[in-house]
Amino acid sequence: MSEHDSTHAGDGGSIPFMQKLLDSPFILLFIGVAMPTVIYIIWGVMEIVSIPVAP
Amino acid sequence: MAQFRTCPDTGFAIDLAADKLIKWNAVTAVVFLLVGGLFGILVALTRWPAVHLLDADLFYLALTAHGLDVLLVWIIFFEMALLYFTSSILLKTRLAAPWLGWVQYTLMLVGALITNVAVLQGESSVMFTSYVPMMAAPHFYLGVILFAVGALMGCVVFFSTLYIAKRDKTYEGSIPLVTFGAMTAAIIAVFTILAGAVILIPTFFWSLGFIGNIDTLMYRVIWWGLGHSSQQINVAAQIACWYAIAAILFGAKPLSEKVSRTAFLFYILFLQLASAHHILVDPGISSEWKIFNTSYALYLAVLGSMLHGLTVPGAVEAALRKKGYNRGLFEWLRKAPWGNPVFAGFALSVVLFGFLGGITGVMMGTEQLNIIIHNTLYVPGHFHGTVVVGTTLAFMAMAYWLVPVLWQKELVFPGLAKWQPYLFGLGMGLASIFMMGAGTLGVPRRHWDISFADAMMVHEFPAAAYMMMGLAGISGVIGGIGGGIFILNMVSTILFGKAKVPAPAAEEAPAAPIGGAATEYGSASTLEVPGTFVLALVFLTAFVLYYFVNWKYLASVWGMS
Ligand code: HEM
Ligand SMILES: [Cu+2]
Repeated sequence: MSEHDSTHAGDGGSIPFMQKLLDSPFILLFIGVAMPTVIYIIWGVMEIVSIPVAP
Repeated sequence: MAQFRTCPDTGFAIDLAADKLIKWNAVTAVVFLLVGGLFGILVALTRWPAVHLLDADLFYLALTAHGLDVLLVWIIFFEMALLYFTSSILLKTRLAAPWLGWVQYTLMLVGALITNVAVLQGESSVMFTSYVPMMAAPHFYLGVILFAVGALMGCVVFFSTLYIAKRDKTYEGSIPLVTFGAMTAAIIAVFTILAGAVILIPTFFWSLGFIGNIDTLMYRVIWWGLGHSSQQINVAAQIACWYAIAAILFGAKPLSEKVSRTAFLFYILFLQLASAHHILVDPGISSEWKIFNTSYALYLAVLGSMLHGLTVPGAVEAALRKKGYNRGLFEWLRKAPWGNPVFAGFALSVVLFGFLGGITGVMMGTEQLNIIIHNTLYVPGHFHGTVVVGTTLAFMAMAYWLVPVLWQKELVFPGLAKWQPYLFGLGMGLASIFMMGAGTLGVPRRHWDISFADAMMVHEFPAAAYMMMGLAGISGVIGGIGGGIFILNMVSTILFGKAKVPAPAAEEAPAAPIGGAATEYGSASTLEVPGTFVLALVFLTAFVLYYFVNWKYLASVWGMS
């Protein structure tokens, strides 16, 4: 998942996944923007759009 | 080429470009705190029934200016200073693209000025939420948009600086925890600004007449993606300050880097979803959406906060015990430097944020309970507990350290500084409690006159509500004076402070340069913090009691017989 990011610090592959994740600002940035965009904004907007219009 | 100077107090190599940007952002922040604080006092004096200072039009104008200038302008300018400090200085690297930093500064300043002009012209008293279909003058929205674009540029500079530091290997392994906290703030900021753009740009065109209609519910949902998330930038930045201050004052290391970073990760994942708690009573949106976003997500974010609430005092306790303050549960706490405004501001910020802001926030974020206090003064009571005695006080504490260090000047009024955190923290803390009290009795927020003197339909509030409003007014003024003293001290120090004499090394000679711990990775590797655990249990008890009392209270709101 997160192998191809900016964490090629050179210490080989023994770094635990969580630490790699926490050391990757740009992956965190992506997750931090994508999560609320999908779950809060897109889901919310879909609900509003599907409210039937009063006749 | 970037030029550096060495800070005589901390040994930090300071990039001169970053130095200048930090100073300008911090000073501008403080100036807007003054402006916004004065409007706050006017608002408080109007809601104090016995004074009722402003007329209705001016009241809503002042309320709009107050919300904008303190919540947006003061806090975000200060956060820009923090982003540059925690990236360039703590990572010992040059600031990426200082020119872009100046674009940030200029856009934010011009934007803030334009919006302030719009508000003062009187046609834009729509409050900082600017809910449609209330329409402000077009330049009101334009100013906010420019301000937000500026802030986004600040985030770009921050992330680019992280990138440069990593590329140039200016640090080993992971970035320091304080920088990690600032990064969390910056990530949330990017989402915040994008959500703001999605809703405010169309609203701007609507005010110009190019768009016919903005759906009110759509506006509220997307706007709160900005409005709520921006408060979570503050929480993350304020907690980064807590860790920084613990490291600076005591060389404290977090109890566990892993736990603290995971707590920040919870923020990145979940805090922004809690925006939904502002929509809890809006019709048209499903309970699934509301409950998923506020319950499941919000509780995980709250777990993050509770972890920080445990590990920040824990780090201080561990560090002080190591220095020998080992007797009993609380010797470390009794012997802590309560007369040092950096510590006092920090300690009050931790405690008041938890008790006043945190506990009440969880109550309000519960769908069923929210209705008890929705749109009452309880809400401003709650957020003066988060954003004033939490964030603003933490930033003040940080400034008491940062300003003398960056400018290399002595504080002009050290005696006043000793008292200031208590005056501001307790004054505003009480104001927040009394506002919550009034709100519990049903007093609405954003309301010019609860006596309904000139209204056709009236409602009688109980006498206790009037008393609460009076007490809130008095404590607000006391807190306002506390804020004024902070500003006086900062401005006079910068303008007229005596140059620091290099600290005589004989006195207590600190083993490591002060502030060094803020630049390192590493845990305290102890969990022997019994005092902190006792305090945490007190907090949890208060939390649980308060939460269930409100369910009981809800049960009495509607008679069920
Ligand atoms: C001088 C100290 C302050 C005083 C006396 C004060 C007092 C008040 C009062 C009485 C209200 C009006 C509540 C209402 O009628 O609905 C208010 C609103 C508000 N305050 Fe403050 N406050 C102060 C400082 C601050 C600070 C430092 C911040 C943020 C960092 C802040 C953020 C807000 C916000 C966002 C609102 C809501 C405005 C709205 O409803 O549109 N205040 N304040
Ligand atoms: Cu919120």
